[in-house]
Amino acid sequence: MKHINTLNTLQNTVAKGGCGECQTVANQACEN
Amino acid sequence: MIHKYRMNGLNIVLDVNSGAVHLVDDVVYDILDFYKEIPDEDIASKLADKYTAEAVAEGLEEIRELEKNKMLYSQDIFAEVIPKVENRNPVVKALCLHIAHDCNLKCKYCFAEEGEYHGKRELMSLEVGKKAIDFLIKNSGNRKNLEVDFFGGEPLMNFEVVKGIVEYARSIEKEAGKNFRFTITTNGILLNDDIMDYINKNMHNVVLSIDGRKEVNDRMRPRAGGQGTYDTIVPKFQKLADSRNQTDYYVRGTFTRYNLDFAKDVLHLADLGFKQISVEPVVTDDKEPYAIRQEDLPAIFDEYENLAMKILERRKNGQWFNFFHFMIDLTGGPCVVKRMVGCGSGTEYLAVTPTGDLYPCHQFVGMEQFKMGTVDSGVVKPEIRKAFEGCNVYTKPKCRECWARFYCSGGCVANSYNTHGDLITPYEIGCEMQRKRIECAIMIKACENNG
Repeated sequence: MKHINTLNTLQNTVAKGGCGECQTVANQACEN
Repeated sequence: MIHKYRMNGLNIVLDVNSGAVHLVDDVVYDILDFYKEIPDEDIASKLADKYTAEAVAEGLEEIRELEKNKMLYSQDIFAEVIPKVENRNPVVKALCLHIAHDCNLKCKYCFAEEGEYHGKRELMSLEVGKKAIDFLIKNSGNRKNLEVDFFGGEPLMNFEVVKGIVEYARSIEKEAGKNFRFTITTNGILLNDDIMDYINKNMHNVVLSIDGRKEVNDRMRPRAGGQGTYDTIVPKFQKLADSRNQTDYYVRGTFTRYNLDFAKDVLHLADLGFKQISVEPVVTDDKEPYAIRQEDLPAIFDEYENLAMKILERRKNGQWFNFFHFMIDLTGGPCVVKRMVGCGSGTEYLAVTPTGDLYPCHQFVGMEQFKMGTVDSGVVKPEIRKAFEGCNVYTKPKCRECWARFYCSGGCVANSYNTHGDLITPYEIGCEMQRKRIECAIMIKACENNG
């Protein structure tokens, strides 16, 4: 793209989300 | 929903529901002011004095392409996830153990009032500590990773009990199929080589309390007799941080209205050699002279930007350090469920007082109306847990409309309660600072990604 540079490639985390194993939010790691 | 802003010469666009971040040129940045507001064919004439029709057409084409790929103006599909959150079996996976309701300092902004939490001086017994571990294992369901934070007051005033609790948990964790992580927070006064050695062997993370420059720290963090603490704690903290290879710790300070130039405190801590730094705004009664006020926000915003620029400059010169509130993971990070519910206070995360009472988190300790039960009885007031279960970014009207909701998770429930008397109305001054920090964090990432 000439005008837009996308830095990263949430809706894909719904299906497997919510396991709750991650540490007790903007940067924490998923531990699923 | 999108959020766009300019910082450090960059045009940054965040697509809220996908989390996609785009750097755009001026053409696209200006098109987005009109996109979806007026017909596409009218946008070129609106911008005719700045851009050619061809440039606008190209920009529009790229915007549409990203929209088609659900990376711009993506739909909010997460409300349907809420039942998944609300119907989870209630489990507890983390405890904050108030190992000592006593302290050897008299910090002026302490919400725990010299460590006593509106009560009397008390130390947790090993018996209560063991019962807390048993309670945690029993109520943790199929969760494997369990966390125990040793908190106070000043935990080192009851360190033998800390060691006893760790030993007990380690002795039963394997059989229970659990994995304990321990953390501890200290003001450093009682730190010595033996304690440092123990912390390094047993604590996954350690938080070292210091506010920054000597005059700033000693003004707010004196001993009971009024003497400063900076000269005592700095060499100990430096030694401990180095002995942990500058990882798995934070030096953690509080800034107040007295030091709105707090970037100097952050940089001072970096100059002392610390690599993991957090300096955070005070949250206190707004009648206190050091409380952050609405009118202070422009200066605070400038200071956060100033700090972000200094961090970039230092990293470029090989002087890397990490600032807690500018940490953001744009390529990974937690699932959206976690982003909706945040810390889990009152549900997955509870605080335990020295006598074994259970509260939703350390900030609620001492508020009798929030006492949920004891380590003996378990949670006997499920209605309190239910109230906290109902806290997520979709049950908080202001959060539902906020672009930052998936990076702050609705903010701190205790701050909401202390400012508004309810659990779901956010503390606005905190929200405004949080949004600014997220903007700075994304800008830093964008600069680092762009070389």
